[in-house]
This record gives sequence, C-alpha cells and structure tokens, in this order.
Amino acid sequence: MQIVAATIQWLADPAHWQGSNGIPLRLGEHVALSGLSLLLAALVAMPLGLWIGHTGRFSWLVVSSANAWRALPSFAVIGLLVPFTTLLDPNLGFILYPTLIAMIVLAGPPLLVNSYQGVAGVDRDLVEAARGMGMSERQILFDLEMPIALPVLATGLRSAAVQVIATATLGATFGFGGLGHYIVLGDANQDNGELFGGVVLVAALALGTLAMFVLLERRLASPGLAPRTAG
Amino acid sequence: MTVDASGHAGAAGKAGGASLEFRGVTKRYDSGVGAPGAVNDLSFQVPAGTICVLVGPSGCGKTTSLKMVNRLIEPSAGEILLDGVNVQSQPVTALRRRIGYVIQQVGLFPHLTIGRNVAVVPGLEGWSSQRQRARTQELLGLVGLDPRRYENRYPNQLSGGERQRVGVARALAADPPLMLMDEPFAAVDPIVRERLQDEFLRLQRELAKTILFVTHDIDEAIKMGDLIAVMQEGGRLAQFGPPDEILAHPSSEFVARFVGEDRGLKRLSLRTVADLRVEKMGRPVGLPRFTPGTKLRDALAILLVADTRGGIALDEGGRPRGLVTVDAIASSLTDDPPARVGA
Amino acid sequence: MSGEPLVRWDWVGAHIGPILDRLGQHLYLAVIAVSIGFAISFGLAAVAIRRRRLYPLVTLIATAVYTIPSYALFATLVVFSGLSIVTAEVPLVLYTFILLVPNIVAGFDSVPQDVLDAADGMGYTAGQRWWRVELPLAVPLVVAGLRLAAVSTIGLVTVSAILGDRFGGLGYYILEGYHRTFPTEILVGGLLSIALAVAADLGFVLLQRLLTPWAAARLAPGVAVR
Repeated sequence: MQIVAATIQWLADPAHWQGSNGIPLRLGEHVALSGLSLLLAALVAMPLGLWIGHTGRFSWLVVSSANAWRALPSFAVIGLLVPFTTLLDPNLGFILYPTLIAMIVLAGPPLLVNSYQGVAGVDRDLVEAARGMGMSERQILFDLEMPIALPVLATGLRSAAVQVIATATLGATFGFGGLGHYIVLGDANQDNGELFGGVVLVAALALGTLAMFVLLERRLASPGLAPRTAG
Repeated sequence: MTVDASGHAGAAGKAGGASLEFRGVTKRYDSGVGAPGAVNDLSFQVPAGTICVLVGPSGCGKTTSLKMVNRLIEPSAGEILLDGVNVQSQPVTALRRRIGYVIQQVGLFPHLTIGRNVAVVPGLEGWSSQRQRARTQELLGLVGLDPRRYENRYPNQLSGGERQRVGVARALAADPPLMLMDEPFAAVDPIVRERLQDEFLRLQRELAKTILFVTHDIDEAIKMGDLIAVMQEGGRLAQFGPPDEILAHPSSEFVARFVGEDRGLKRLSLRTVADLRVEKMGRPVGLPRFTPGTKLRDALAILLVADTRGGIALDEGGRPRGLVTVDAIASSLTDDPPARVGA
Repeated sequence: MSGEPLVRWDWVGAHIGPILDRLGQHLYLAVIAVSIGFAISFGLAAVAIRRRRLYPLVTLIATAVYTIPSYALFATLVVFSGLSIVTAEVPLVLYTFILLVPNIVAGFDSVPQDVLDAADGMGYTAGQRWWRVELPLAVPLVVAGLRLAAVSTIGLVTVSAILGDRFGGLGYYILEGYHRTFPTEILVGGLLSIALAVAADLGFVLLQRLLTPWAAARLAPGVAVR
C-alpha cells in the first residue's frame, strides 16, 4: 500500500505537472507520436489492404507476410534503427525517428490485415449483385464493401492504436520522451511513485483510447449489420 | 438453331420490354470443351415482353448464358443483341443499370434499409431523392409489401420470401426493359415459391418486361415460360420453343427424359377447362363443377378421385356450359396449342 | 561509427558460444510463456464457451492487460518478485491471453452445427464428440492463435533485458549494443530474434499442415486482437 500512496503522491505533486519534464508535455509527446505513426501507417496500409481485398490480387502476400511482419519486435526495431538514423540527423534521429518508425511498423499489420479481411470477407454474392446492377468498381468498394467492413476496419484501427500507445513506452529506453520517460527514470532511480505514476498514465491513455474507439464503433455501426432479429 | 416464336400468344407487343437475341454465343473455359458452365454456339430470339426460361441440368451453362447478357461474363465468340444492339458495344455500367438482375441469394445490402436497397439503381442514375422515395414506395406496394411497414427495416429483419420480393422490387426500380432472374425462387419453401411465382406472373401481365429466367426445375420452367430453352451438358441448346411444343414433341431422347415421363400430364396443366370442347349435358346432378380457369390437370385429378363419368364446366358467369369428361380431357392434347395459362 | 564496418564479424566469431546461449535462453523463456499461457487460455476459453455471458468480461480483462506497456509490467513486477524468472514470465504469459482466448473460442465456434448434430445422431458420447470432432475442427484457428502468441512472445522476450543480464535472451545484445553504441551487437540481437520468430511461425504452419491435412493453412485472423 506504500506504493499506492507513493503513486498518488507523485501524481498529485504540482511540480510534476509543469516544465520541460511535466506530465502535460510528456502526455503531449506520447499522443503526438502515437497519432502521427498511426496516421502514417494507416495512409499506407489501409488503401493497400482495401485494394488487395477488393481485387483479390496479391492476397497471398498479406497471408504470408502479415505474421512475419509481426515478428519484428519493437524493442529490436528501435534499437536497430538508432545507429542509422543518428547518422542522418544527430538530433531527431536520436530522439524521434527510431521510435516513430518502429511504431509505424507495429501499426502496419493490424491495419493491413483488417482492411484486407474486412473487404475480402464481404459476401461475394453481394458484390456480384452490385456489379450486376451497374455499380462501378469504385462504387462497390466505397458504397458496399467499406460500409460492411467498417466494424473490422475500426477493430484494426483500435487494436493498432492501443498497441502503439502501450509500446511507444519502449521509446524511452532509447532516447524518446513520452510517458515511458517516467517509467524508465522511476525504474532507474528506484522511485516507485514515479514508476507507477508513469504506468498509471500510460494505461489510462491506452484504456481511454480503447473506450473512445468502442463508443465510436457503436455509433457508427449500421443497425442492418447487427445479428439477425427475425426471419 | 434459331426458332422464331411468332404466333405465340404472350404479352408480346406491349411496350414494357426489349427484344433479346443470342447469335452463335460461345463461352470456352480453359479446363476443356465439356467444362462446367461452358456454352456452345447458342442462338435464339426472345421477343419483347416475353419470359424465356433457360432450363437444364447443373453445369449446362444456363447461368453462364444469363451472365453474358449483363457482361458479368464475356463471351468467347458470338454476340448478344439487346433491342438490336450488341451489348458488348455499350459501356458496361450503363448497360447493367438498364437490366434488372435478381439472384437466388437475393444479395440485398445488409447495411442499407429496404427502402434504400430498392433505390440503389435510381441512386446510381442520379434521381432526386423525392423521385427515389416515390418509386420505392410504388414498387414495394407492387410486390405486396406495405411501404410504411418495410421501408425502414433492414434485410436481416425479413423472411426469405419477403427478401425475395424486395429483390424483385430492386431489380424493377429503374424500370428496365430486360430482367435477368437466376433461380430467383429456389431458396424459399415450396408454398412460398408457388405464391411468389403466381404473383410474379400477375405482375408481368401488367409490366410486360422481357425476362430471361434460369431454373433447373422443369415444372417451374413450364409454369413461368412463354418460351423454354432446354440446355444440355456441354452448353448446347437441346430444344427451343413454347412449353406445350416441347412437352408434345421433345426433339431428342435427352429432352424427353429431362421433361419427364409425365409430360402429357404436364401439358394438361397448361390448359384450362375454358379451352375444352365440352359435350352436351343430360341432367347434371351431384357432379363436380369447374370454373373456366381450372387447369385440366386438376380437373382430371378430381374426376379420377370422385369416380364420376364427368363434371360440369361453368362459364364466366357461373352457368353450366357442358360436360367435362376424362375422354375429352385426354383428346384435348391432340388439339392446337392452348392459350397461355399464366400470361 | 565512421570508418568502422557496420558488422564486426570478428566480434561475432569470438562470441558464437554466448550468442547461442542467449538464443537458447530466448527460446526457453518463450516456450515456457506460451505453454503456460496456452494452458490458462484454454481454460478461460472453455469457461467462456460454456458461459457466454462471461466472454466479454474475459476479453475486457485480457485487453486491459494488453494496454499495460511491457516495459512497465516488467518494472512493476520487480517491486514484488524481484529479479526472478517469475518477474520475467508473468508479463509474457499475461500478454498471450488476448491472442489465444479469442482464437480458441472462435475455433470451437467455427464447428458447424450440422456436423455436431450428425455426430450426436451417430451416437458419439459428449467426450468422443469433443475429441474426435470438435477439437480437430477447431485446430486451424487455435493454431492461428498460437502463431500470433509465439511471434508476439518472442518479440517481448527482448524487453525482459531491462531486468538485467540474467534475462532478455537476445534482447540483452540489443540493450548492451545500444549502451555501448555498438551496432554489431544490436544487429545480432535484433536479427536473430526476428529469425527466431519467423522460424516459430513457420513451425506452427507446418504443425498445422500435419494435424489438419484437410484444411489449407489459414491467415492468422487480424481480428484476433479485440
């Protein structure tokens, strides 16, 4: 219970809520990095997954590569990148690029696989009916496949977001700030208040994001896609 | 082989449909000459406003033939003319929007309400939302679904029969001159199927669309078709003509077997008491009475069970017209082809 | 790093023994975690299948655990169980739940009802039905979950390097190489751990081919993370 008290005390200390190592700044860093990496990953992985799912071309690539891709451990990716990115840019190459790139790599598979499966999973009879009625391929993708795939797309986005937020913590081991900074410092200084304060903040951010996505998904879901109620 | 259906009493001549012609249409698949779904030199004409049924065993190429009309499949050779114009010369999406398409699985979009499902093609065609809504309500009423009850429901809240009706309404939405129907009633139970068939024939009497209809069920083909194209393995046309002609004069062993040993009885279901030459009556007491619309097949069944020499044919006004006998029914098969029962 | 080769093969050559030891440790930590995680997940899935109402609760807790950063979980447990193997294994085990439980449940859900009815109709006892029908048909999705869990766990083992040089497997070289600014070590640790994960993934694909020759190896479902 000492730990709980120390954590509350650390979180409640006004000194920790200001300055260049203050919680607002570290939270901002964490959110900005997570958001940016998610956005960049989504810009590449989602159109690719949607296209592969719609055309069926290169689907073997998704099937065979997605798991191998997941095999890239963020810890190793960040560590591997540091020596190279610091050569390019001694400053940002040290504090930002390795973690950013590793998080893009991390977010890729769930976004790619879910975009692909969401679209590929749409009943082929529906697609044929749409084609037979004269919908163009674009209209089939945007007006039929994507709305039906929406829950799967949202799940991919949610899963990527939560993983990125939790894993971005590792960046603090390698020079990135963010909320992981408190955990690394607290661990190094044997300051349990700071360590658990950091844990609480990251978990709260991840859970908050999770809750936000769940609520968003509920609002976006078409009632027609709910489990059958009659017939 | 090309068969002209002239002289056939259908709904031809009304303005609702377009003429359809297959000319030497062939579809080859890599897996060989007899590959399932292949089509071999198919030629026939469907006059505007008639229902043509493609019927045959599975793998005979009937669905392939249907899908070549709206170019979901492209032929290897030959051409398909819609109102005299080759379908391959037209932009594919524009072509498809002028052709209604109904499939066995219906293919209603699960994320859209019934109303918006019906309005898909009008939406693609850029109709105003008021016009879409008015058309949707009109069509739902036409297929026997109360628009106020159904418009805002989703497909997963409907029964199989209701969904099939919505599928027909959706295909009719932009008032297409041609409808393609691929086993549209196969997924529902026999009682619902019978009702959907009857309602669709009634609807067709008003709309007079040109319809290409695929089924594997010879009874459905006889009931629905003004013309029947019997197809056999290898995608060849075995026989083409009005149902009565195919039943009376099967052109080959294959067709005879496919239509069944009871083809004489089937022909009776194409005729009604009104078609029958009746005998003068003596004193009609306690005999079964038949309205003019009674199918001869049903009349025969009743006579056999009732164990009477005959029954009484009534006229439109319900007055006795004469005597219906088993012999008279049997000899009716040697007469001229009947007027269509369904159309 | 200027002037120095990216990979100092002489260093690699001189350290073959320790590198193989680290590889062995990495595998050892991962196998224990996936085995225990699989046993517990199977139990949780069995409960969730019998009592459907508990399933959302199980996934909620598993998801919540997943939101705790691995670094934080390792560091936190040090406070309770010190620098022991328990500290290294508990987070690894916990993280497997979110990958395994949904896939096991989906695997058993994927058995068609008509197949179950047919089995009942032919007189299978409940136990026979489970062993000879349900379990074999559930295998593809269960293995899909195991692939995800193995790959993810092998990656996470590297993070346990923060517990000191007695842990971490190949992650030890990543951390040490970073501290010493020695890319060779980072590359050896990173690339070998990736290779190990890929090998484990392929091993499970092969296993599934052997177990279920009737089903093509399927994509580990991307919706596994819920």
